[in-house]
Amino acid sequence: MKKFTFKAGVHLPSYKKLTVGEEIKETSIPQQVVILLSQHIGSPAQSIVSKGEKVKVGQKIGEAQGNISVSVHSSISGEVIDICPQLHPVSGKKVLSVIIKSDGQDEWIEKGKEHKDYFRLSSKEICNIIKEAGIVGLGGAAFPTHVKLSPPKDVDIVILNGVECEPYLSGDEQLMIKYPVEIIEGLKIIMQTVKASWGIVGIEDNKPRAIELMKKEIAKQPNISLKILKEKYPQGGEKQLIKALLNREVPSGGLPMDVGVLVDNVGTSFAIREAVIRGLPLVSRVVTVSGWGVFYPKNLRVRIGSSISFLIEECGGFSFVPGKVIMGGPMMGITQYNLEVPVVKGTSGILVFGQKEVKKENIRDCIRCSKCIDVCPMGLVPCMIALYAENQDWEKAKGYNLLDCIECGACVYVCPAKRPIVQYVKWAKEKLKC
Amino acid sequence: MILNSILFLGGIGLFFGLGLAFIGKKLAVKRDPTEEKILQILPGSNCGACGFAGCAGYAAECLGENADIGKCALGGEKVVRQISDVLGREAKIKEDSVAVVFCQGKEGVSKNRFTYQGITDCSAANLISEGNKECEWACLGFGTCMEVCPFGAIRMDEGIPLIDEEKCRGCGICIAACPRGLITLISKRHRVYVLCRSKEKGKKVREMCKKGCIGCGLCVKVCPMEAIQLKDNLAVIDYDKCNNCGKCVEKCPTKSIVLNKSSLSVQFLS
Repeated sequence: MKKFTFKAGVHLPSYKKLTVGEEIKETSIPQQVVILLSQHIGSPAQSIVSKGEKVKVGQKIGEAQGNISVSVHSSISGEVIDICPQLHPVSGKKVLSVIIKSDGQDEWIEKGKEHKDYFRLSSKEICNIIKEAGIVGLGGAAFPTHVKLSPPKDVDIVILNGVECEPYLSGDEQLMIKYPVEIIEGLKIIMQTVKASWGIVGIEDNKPRAIELMKKEIAKQPNISLKILKEKYPQGGEKQLIKALLNREVPSGGLPMDVGVLVDNVGTSFAIREAVIRGLPLVSRVVTVSGWGVFYPKNLRVRIGSSISFLIEECGGFSFVPGKVIMGGPMMGITQYNLEVPVVKGTSGILVFGQKEVKKENIRDCIRCSKCIDVCPMGLVPCMIALYAENQDWEKAKGYNLLDCIECGACVYVCPAKRPIVQYVKWAKEKLKC
Repeated sequence: MILNSILFLGGIGLFFGLGLAFIGKKLAVKRDPTEEKILQILPGSNCGACGFAGCAGYAAECLGENADIGKCALGGEKVVRQISDVLGREAKIKEDSVAVVFCQGKEGVSKNRFTYQGITDCSAANLISEGNKECEWACLGFGTCMEVCPFGAIRMDEGIPLIDEEKCRGCGICIAACPRGLITLISKRHRVYVLCRSKEKGKKVREMCKKGCIGCGLCVKVCPMEAIQLKDNLAVIDYDKCNNCGKCVEKCPTKSIVLNKSSLSVQFLS
């Protein structure tokens, strides 16, 4: 079978063997969850519960505000003990959140309507179900899925992203092994919603078991195909994936729908299936807890709002003195300084590294070796962007197509001068915003 | 032979010289003599503190009606008076003021949340989880204000900027550079400052910083002029009433109120 890939990028040591055989396990019920009302891109949800109120699993506690927003649900049953600002693990800012103390019952609220006959539903109805179920892109960006599923342009191909190119993470792989039927059903719902004629599932060749099981399921479908990709980072970026699989190039500043494509993560597809067919809102997600600093690396199905320290406890605690804890993958994840921050909808992994593994590098001057240019998957000139940002010439940096940067970190990985290029890019983007 | 060369080259030189002289006269940009005068008055350091492109830019701006002619921070009162003489317009003379950094959170005084690695610039560091200091009103100490100061009046000492009052002209460029808004211009007449901006409750401030204002209110009680008030757990001095007596400074348990005795920087003394 032909293996697809894209130009540039880096080959990373995958470290997936830490968790590769680990099936997805349910965690115990956390004592307390902190559910942020702004876990997605767009306007925060509005709290509809009050302090002291009893809530059940799946009960809506935050109402979506406006179109680019989704509802938020309680992930455990218990009592609302406070509604106050809490630290957001990704943005680092404090956002309004609902804190729920568990009663240990894990009682579900009456489930939503089941739609086994989803093909009778209109696109609008499906989008509404997805919005109410609080589903966002589970790959990490947390963009509201119902917005993505109502594109203003025609979409002919839906790509399901099972690439999982970040090292250490293996949650999507395990999800594909455990629920191949459900994921494909989810893909069919997406295809029906956007009226796409063809579906593609893209998986990297380092997941043979997932490929085998998905292949069996895909063989039953007339308009879905499986494509295998070579292992490379950042292949899971939607623009790179589209280029690799279809040789279509998303224009600068454009979206996948500009080339008639929609890309969704396998986790999102599974969540969509659960919402539409079983009427379940998004209250949990698969999180890989890995790294050498944790005793038993595992893939866990985690209630949204559980704290990082709770997950590390579930995995047997720290194996040695922790030096760095990252939420997300090692390349694009955000380092956390507070272990009480909650898991949000976009959290794909928790990585723990020991003190000895964490190096402090000195930033040196750029020597124009052009290694970053070779690896940049977007074809940018990262060294020049970083130099202009360093000298605070934001407009010049923008002239080097700063805004096209996907912040994958491949340039930082290869930089011999250890320059924090992605930080420069994020800084420049922030400065250009205001 | 040599005469020929001299004549030839001399001829060319004369021709071009005359040509340039003629063109220079013909295409000369007419400049307002007042503008010329103002430009001579201005210090000519092109510091940019007025907000215009160098001294020439500001000189041109001064000619306009309703223009604020008191913007030259470097020249101070003298220059403003001279400009107002030239233009025959009254100028508001600003009080001599000096930039004050409202934080004393040196290394070891204010706690860090995490070890920061990356760009050594305050506004870049402030984007990462809102800065590496425990206190959200603490100085990050990467010296962005020092880099932007056109007069070299700021230097960093153990993670806190020290401002030299002799050199500081009160231009306010550092105010815009500080991502946490910790720098304020205060008139040189006022010598007592509450060097903290934290609005947290006392207990929390104590945990985060050794020199933060805990909102205990002792200064409010001791002040003979009733110039100090507590606002959001923070002592605020009303400079219309303050007479620089310094009683609050003695009473302050965390030493967050400081009396600046000489023209040296506040932090040099403390």
